[in-house]
Amino acid sequence: MKQLVILSGKGGTGKTSVTAAFAHLASLGPFAAQVILADADVDAANLELVLRPEPLDIEPFRGGPVAVIDDDRCVQCGDCESVCRFDAIVETDAGWAVDPIACEGCAACVHQCPTESIAMQEQTVGEYIYSDSCYGPLHHAHLYPGQESSGKLVTQVRQRASRQAIDEQRRLVLIDGPPGIGCPVIAAVSGADLALLVTEPTVAGIHDLRRALQTLQHFGVPALVCINKADVYPVGAREVEAYCRANRIDGVGRIPFDPAVPGAMVAGEAVTAYRPDAPASLALSDVWERVVAVLSVAAAGPRDDCDDQRRHA
Amino acid sequence: MRIVVASGKGGTGKTTVATSLAQVAAERDAVHFLDCDVETPDAALFLHPSLDVHREVGIRVPRVDPQACNACGTCAEICRFNAIAVVGETTLVFDDLCHGCGSCTWMCPEQAITEHLFVTGTIDSGTTPDGIAFARGLMNVGQAMGMPILRELKKRTPSPMPRSSGAPRRALEIRDAPPGASCPVVETMRGADFVLFVTEPTPFGLHDLKQVVAIAHDLGIPAGVVINRDGIGDDAVGAYCAEHDLPILLRIPMDRRIAEAIAGGRTLVEAAVDYRPKFRDLLEQILAEATV
Repeated sequence: MKQLVILSGKGGTGKTSVTAAFAHLASLGPFAAQVILADADVDAANLELVLRPEPLDIEPFRGGPVAVIDDDRCVQCGDCESVCRFDAIVETDAGWAVDPIACEGCAACVHQCPTESIAMQEQTVGEYIYSDSCYGPLHHAHLYPGQESSGKLVTQVRQRASRQAIDEQRRLVLIDGPPGIGCPVIAAVSGADLALLVTEPTVAGIHDLRRALQTLQHFGVPALVCINKADVYPVGAREVEAYCRANRIDGVGRIPFDPAVPGAMVAGEAVTAYRPDAPASLALSDVWERVVAVLSVAAAGPRDDCDDQRRHA
Repeated sequence: MRIVVASGKGGTGKTTVATSLAQVAAERDAVHFLDCDVETPDAALFLHPSLDVHREVGIRVPRVDPQACNACGTCAEICRFNAIAVVGETTLVFDDLCHGCGSCTWMCPEQAITEHLFVTGTIDSGTTPDGIAFARGLMNVGQAMGMPILRELKKRTPSPMPRSSGAPRRALEIRDAPPGASCPVVETMRGADFVLFVTEPTPFGLHDLKQVVAIAHDLGIPAGVVINRDGIGDDAVGAYCAEHDLPILLRIPMDRRIAEAIAGGRTLVEAAVDYRPKFRDLLEQILAEATV
């Protein structure tokens, strides 16, 4: 089983459109019925808008506990406020209160409260969803607006997806990643076999691509790069390709700017299903073939041989 | 007056709108620009600040004095983040897991813990050629938590602006928010007077817009919307805004000329001067909406 994560650094470069196209293309070829899908962008979960999932199971997701002040016992001394380094203790008309969004869950206030008026309580901060989609099982989630712990929710989505892949002996977990390079991205990439970075040939896209590549290198995940909307700024596309060559990262193609992509989004379909002959769809098919080739080589690579030997031993 | 530019979905044009708004505002007003997207800050690529001041920031992590420590394990017990472990007679600290809350320092019965800065990023600041006081947070690669950097960035006291002759200048702070709808977006919005949402007219844009509108609503901050790349999708965003009394303050049609210029690192109002008056109007509308 291989885990492929789609990333970008900069947001809005086309991660989800590429993931949806891959899910569709996989359903047509040798990967048919071999794919588990995972949406690891839990605070802006958009893969479901294209895959039209049928939810089979919804579970509340509990984030880390946050402090809660018992007003009846609180003597308004303000010690909690003075120890909180996260500005989470706020003064209200009714006295001191905890801002659950700002609360880091450290319990420093609990330890300092002289009247033991503060307790830690777990909160439901989102939901995990298991669905059936038109291109296979989908593990996804909704983090409620403004919550933290998105990394933990991403980890849960990924764990469930890979467990199902192992149980059902499926060959690929396809993960739609979040933007940025922080906690949710680290949760989305750790332990993945391959990352495809979808970039755009703009100064911002290139700047963030570098940061995303450095992050992947830091966590030891090999990367491929494809350039979306490549024709909008050919100078930038050449710069991306030169950067990749200098850093020994394989480019796996250019996808042209194509109105069929937002058209597919509005139609709620993968662009390769919506307009199979559109320029972006043809380019995406090529990119998918190249990614599959790399995954197949990786599948036959030395690491798996070792695993096999260990299994046979 | 503090204005946040946010979006939910990434890549809708937050930085495009924030940088052009800042440039137009700087013609008359004293402008401070904070790039709050500490994971992938891009505004400097467009505003070209000097960035000559760099300050390391991070969290205060514990350092255990082995002479004073008797390995009682209190610190490991109270740490909610598993950042301390006692192995035999040795107390180990895992800086990467620490949230810098200080609990262990205060609770150590032997007072064996002091704190030192664990650097997770920098605050870079300087002035742009337009006279904008600029600062950004830049998280180090491999770090997970941007929030401490963001909090430091917001604390940055604005440097005094050079005064031009004539009317007294208004002080404006423009914050470019990160994408998404989780805690860093809330932290960016906290304390702001107005949130300007930049969205695109697609189902993705609308879905994620709803998430951040909920945050602004919870924080009680007035808001308005810019629809970028108008014409590429549908008008469900327009219908949503009408339904929820969210004023659409500007529509920027999809225009390849603009996309190419922005790709090359120019701001919208530099690339298309016809947008300067539109952004001036946008700013005045924001100031009017924020003070209603």
